Amino acid sequence: MFVWTVLLIVLMAAIAYWAGRTRAAGLVTAGGPRLHSLPSYHGLFTAAGAMIGGLALAIAGALAFGGQSVATPVAAVVGAGIGAAPLYAKSSLDFRARNNFERIVLVLLICCSGVAILTTIGIVFSVLFETLVFFRSVSPIEFLFGTHWSPTGTPPSFGLIPLLAGTLLITVIAILVAGPLGLLSAIYMAEYASPHLRSVLKPILEILAGIPTVVLGFFAALTVAPLIRGSGEAMGFSVASESALAAGLVMGMMIVPLISSLSDDIINAVPQSLRDGSYAMGATKSETIKKVVLPAALPGIVSAFMLAISRAVGETMIVVMAAGLAANLTANPLAAVTTITVQIATLLVGDQEFDSPKTLSAFALGFVLFFFTLVLNYIALRIVQKYREQYD
Amino acid sequence: MNAPVHHQTLVTPEKPKALAAGQFKVTARDVDVFYGDKHAIRKLSIDIPDRAVSAFIGPSGCGKSTFLRCINRMNDTIPTCRVTGDIKVDKNDIYDPKIDVVQLRAKVGMVFQKPNPFPKSIYENVAYGPRIHGLAASKTELDEIVEKSLRKAGLWEEVKDRLQHPGTGLSGGQQQRLCIARAIAVNPEVILMDEPCSALDPIATARIEELIDELRQNYCIVIVTHSMQQAARVSQLTAFFHLGTLVEYGDTDEMFTAPQEKRTQDYITGRFG
Ligand SMILES: Nc1ncnc2c1ncn2[C@@H]1O[C@H](COP(=O)(O)OP(=O)(O)OP(=O)(O)O)[C@@H](O)[C@H]1O
Ligand SMILES: [Mg+2]
Repeated sequence: MFVWTVLLIVLMAAIAYWAGRTRAAGLVTAGGPRLHSLPSYHGLFTAAGAMIGGLALAIAGALAFGGQSVATPVAAVVGAGIGAAPLYAKSSLDFRARNNFERIVLVLLICCSGVAILTTIGIVFSVLFETLVFFRSVSPIEFLFGTHWSPTGTPPSFGLIPLLAGTLLITVIAILVAGPLGLLSAIYMAEYASPHLRSVLKPILEILAGIPTVVLGFFAALTVAPLIRGSGEAMGFSVASESALAAGLVMGMMIVPLISSLSDDIINAVPQSLRDGSYAMGATKSETIKKVVLPAALPGIVSAFMLAISRAVGETMIVVMAAGLAANLTANPLAAVTTITVQIATLLVGDQEFDSPKTLSAFALGFVLFFFTLVLNYIALRIVQKYREQYD
Repeated sequence: MNAPVHHQTLVTPEKPKALAAGQFKVTARDVDVFYGDKHAIRKLSIDIPDRAVSAFIGPSGCGKSTFLRCINRMNDTIPTCRVTGDIKVDKNDIYDPKIDVVQLRAKVGMVFQKPNPFPKSIYENVAYGPRIHGLAASKTELDEIVEKSLRKAGLWEEVKDRLQHPGTGLSGGQQQRLCIARAIAVNPEVILMDEPCSALDPIATARIEELIDELRQNYCIVIVTHSMQQAARVSQLTAFFHLGTLVEYGDTDEMFTAPQEKRTQDYITGRFG
C-alpha cells in the first residue's frame, strides 16, 4: 500500500500540474493582457498543493486505519484533490503564481534545514541524557580525572585519562606525518607542478582518501605494525606488536589527501595578482610562496588541519586493528594504547545490558568525543572568520 | 656582433622637448612576442628616455601590456609566452641568460592595473622589497626607507598613525599609492605602470597623476593608459600601438596636435578604437 500511496500522490501532482498549466495558458487571449506568471508556474503551484494535501491526508489515513488498509491511498488521492482544487481555482491573469510557488520552495528549504538541525540537537541531547544517567553511578570527577580504565574489571573503573592520552598520542603522530607531507605536496602541486602533472597527481592522492579505513586498518595491523616491531627490535627497542606508532602512521597516511587536497585548493585560490606583485618586486618563487602565498592561505590551511585532526580523533577502524585495546597511560609511541573511539566500539559489541555503567560509559565517551571535535571545529571556524577578508 | 641593420619600424622621438640629455634608459630592437602561436608583438623597436614619462596608448589587445611586461620580464611567469629580439636597460641585455631577473625587477618596478597590496600591514607592504633585497641593515634604517617611500608616494600623512593596519583596508586610491610606495622602496630606476588609474575615481586619479609628475624628476616612467587626456596630462612622450606594432612614438604635444601617421590621427580623434 505504501508504494501505491506514493505513486498515486505523484500521479495526482502530475495531473494537477498539467491542469493548472493548461488552465492558465487558456486564460490568455490573443492581443489581450499577458499572464503575470508563466503557465508552468501556475502548474507547479497547483501541483505543490496536491503534494501537500495528498501527503497530509495519507499520513492521517495511515494513522487512523493502519498503513496496510486501502483507505490510505484513497485518502492520498482525496487529499491531493482537496489540496489542489483551491489553488487551481485561484489562477487568474494577474495571480502571482511565480512568487507564491517560490514561497512554497522557501518553506520547503527551511523545513529541510530544520530537520537536519533538529536531528543533531536530538542526538546531542540523547547522548547528554545517557551521560547524566552514567554519572549517577560513576562520579564525573572519577570519570574525567581517573587514570585507570577497565570497565569490565572487578570493581570496574572508568578513568578517562588513559583513553584521552592514547587518542592524543595517535592524533599527534598522525598530524606529524600528514602535516608536512600534505602541506608540502600541496605547495608542490599548486605552485611548481605543471598543470598536466597536477591533473594526474591530484586524483592519485584523492584515491588514497577513498581507501576504506577498514583496509587501511588491516594494512596497519598486518603490514606496518610488524615492520615497525621488526625494525624497532633490530635497533634494540622493545616494541609492542600493536603500537601507537603503527596506528598513527597509517592514520597519517589516511589524512594526507585531506590536507593536501584542501590546501592545494586554498593555495590556488590566492589571487595571482598577489604573486605578480611579489615577483615584480624581485622576489623569487620560494620567497613569494613563503612570504606572500602561504601567509595569505594560512587561515584556510589551519582550518584544513583542524578538519584533519577531527577526522583523526574520530577515526575508529585503524586504531581498533592497529593500536590495541590496552588502556595504557603512556607517551611512548612504541607501546600499545587505546583510544576513545576504540573503547566505544568494544563496549557496544556483543550482548549488552542497556543500563549497566559499562554500556552507559560509551555515551559519556561519545559526549567527550563530540565535545572535542566541536571545540576543534569552533576554533577552525574562528580562525577562518578572523582572516577571511584579508585578500581581495 | 650584428652589423647595424635597417630597422624598418624603428621610431625614435624626433627631437622630443622632454629629452634633455639624449640618453635612453630602455632600448628595444626587433622585439617579437608570441603567446603559443599568437603573435602579439611584431618587430617592435623603441628608445625610451630617462627622467621622462612615456605613455603607451592604443586600442585594446594591441599589445601594450605585453610589451610593458617584457621590460621587467614579467612575461616569464606566463609559460606559453616567448620573447625574441633584444631589450636593453642601461645598455644591458635583459634577456641575456646571465642576467639575474631578481636584480632586473628590483631595478624595473611595476604597478598593476588593479591595486594588489599584500594581505599584510601597511608597513610590511612597503618593507617587503627592502627586506628581500637586504637594503636595510637595521630596524631604524628600514623605518626610514618605509617613511621615505610613503612620503614620495604622497601617502605618509594619511597612514602614519596606522602603519600596522592591513594594507587591504585602505581605499582603492590609497592602495594604489601604497603599491607605488612599495615599488619605489627598492630604489628602482624604471617604473612601469599598467593602467594604474583605471580602477580609481577622478580625484584619486588626479592624486596619482600628480605623483607621477613628481616622480618623473628621478625615474624613467612608462605608463599604459586608455585615457587620451591622461596621456596628454602626464606624459612627455607618447607611443601609439596598433595590432602588435608600434605605429608612432614621439613628443606628446606633437602627437596630439599633428600626428605623423593617419592611423594615429584616426585613433586620437576617435574614428576607431
Ligand atoms: N596570457 C596570454 N595568453 C595568450 N594570449 C595573450 C595573453 N595575454 C595577452 N594575450 C594576447 O596578446 C594580445 C595583446 O594583449 P595585451 O594584454 O598586451 O593587450 P593590451 O594592449 O594591454 O590590451 P588592453 O588595453 O585591453 O589591456 C591580445 O590579443 C591578447 O589576446
Ligand atoms: Mg593591458
